[in-house]
Amino acid sequence: MNTDPDNLVIVPRRHYGRLIGAALVLLALAAIVHAFVVGQIEWSYVGRFLTVRTIMEGLANTIVMAILAMVLGLALGVLFAIMRLSANPVLSTTALGYIWFFRAIPVLLQLLLWYNLALVFPTIGIPGIASWKTVDAMTPFVAALLGLGIQQGAFTAEVVRAGLLSVDQGQYEAAQTLGMTRLQLLRRIIMPQAMRVIVPPVGNEFIGMVKLTSLASVVQFAEVLHSAQSIYYANSRVIELLLVAAFWYLIVVTVLSLIQGRVEAYFERGVARSPGR
Amino acid sequence: METSLPPVGAVDADHLAPGAPLVLARNVQKHFGAVKVLKGIDLAVQKGEVLCIIGPSGSGKSTFLRCINQLERIDGGALFVSGERVGFRQVGNQLHELDDKAIARQRRSIGMVFQRFNLFPHLTATQNIIEGPVQVLKQPAAQARERAHALLERVGLADKRDAYPSQLSGGQQQRVAIARSLAMQPELLLFDEPTSALDPELVAEVLLVMRDLALTGMTMIVVTHELGFARDVGHRVAFMDQGQIVELGPSQAILTEPKEARTRAFIKAVRH
Repeated sequence: MNTDPDNLVIVPRRHYGRLIGAALVLLALAAIVHAFVVGQIEWSYVGRFLTVRTIMEGLANTIVMAILAMVLGLALGVLFAIMRLSANPVLSTTALGYIWFFRAIPVLLQLLLWYNLALVFPTIGIPGIASWKTVDAMTPFVAALLGLGIQQGAFTAEVVRAGLLSVDQGQYEAAQTLGMTRLQLLRRIIMPQAMRVIVPPVGNEFIGMVKLTSLASVVQFAEVLHSAQSIYYANSRVIELLLVAAFWYLIVVTVLSLIQGRVEAYFERGVARSPGR
Repeated sequence: METSLPPVGAVDADHLAPGAPLVLARNVQKHFGAVKVLKGIDLAVQKGEVLCIIGPSGSGKSTFLRCINQLERIDGGALFVSGERVGFRQVGNQLHELDDKAIARQRRSIGMVFQRFNLFPHLTATQNIIEGPVQVLKQPAAQARERAHALLERVGLADKRDAYPSQLSGGQQQRVAIARSLAMQPELLLFDEPTSALDPELVAEVLLVMRDLALTGMTMIVVTHELGFARDVGHRVAFMDQGQIVELGPSQAILTEPKEARTRAFIKAVRH
């Protein structure tokens, strides 16, 4: 028997609490899986409707709307972020008001307001040049785009402002010293550095936007949830079609998360972080 | 080093003909709120001259430097670079503030090297250097890159062309920053405490590059605490305190036998 005090066998400590916890979690997961297997879901319907034309069209509309609303949100966000940082009180206060208003009103309510704009303004246009009947102009597509994009702009403006403020004052001065104009230095020097701070939250918001498009079903915009609903109104397979929609949201968001990682890596260039280089 | 430059008094401020000073300050004033930072600076810097400005922190030396390329706007007096009024356009007996474009144009011929380097972290050394020439001077990228590589060689960093600032030491970053300002082919280089943020062992490599630059005849205004550099490379030294130039003269004279008590006290404090 080895009794040399410098050479004893180490017996690892037992984490009984962790073992019990893991066992309970496994049990719960098994119960959930079992519940879905014996539950009243016709999985064959899920498979059959996964790629039908209506769902595919809805999916395309969801993706297009998410992208366009996000582009509009980003454009407005950059514009209002720069306005908020302006020395002119009219510009900065206007930006503040925009952010205050469109962040405060629920998105669903905004969508309904845009969609029903005709009740307030029967015609819209530029006086003396062109005008349209609001009912014709405010299609579900336009209402969804305005409702989603404009509220997104209010959130994005704050993200962009944080990004702009994160760039060191010395960067502005160095760029000015080279003889750059304000627009040049924003575009070439400040924005690329601000992007490092802006991209992670904007990626997050983009993922949020994909899911927000489902609200546009209330203004009759044919996105993927609306498509699923229109099918289950006919065949009453409610859960199966909701699962179809859920599946596609999972796919789109997964792809977006992967893209976000790539974009973040691009804007991280030049920044030393990983010590193992 | 002997100076063959005319004394300031010899420069006629009102006739900015060829041979006139490259930089001329007349009673330049600047205040931040109620605090007067510059209380009337009079100074003339000749083409090819190296002027070192020394003085305690808070004396206004950096602020004066920043006024020259309009990082600060002056509140009184007048500043001229190459005979052109800095920041304003004279219309009749009024001074009109310049717009963004005109200010940018005036800054082009003035390079600046900062205490904290201020390299663009998202660009490599070469990209940092060509940014100005390509974006502002509209030089073709290939030509600008070639010049950038030559400049990097000149500051001893030929092997760091594609390094990002974060991969360079402070001394290397500052040398890239000098190369970046040289790429604009400036008439005047401003140095704002270029070695104050460096580890002691890296100071010499930057000072050497600056000395070589001075030998090429570059006009330089250097705010510094490096009295050795001021003595060996500077033609003249200005000692500033509390927003004023207390003493100005040939660097040997100022640094070895200052006339003013305040200058003497400061030099003694820095030396020890």
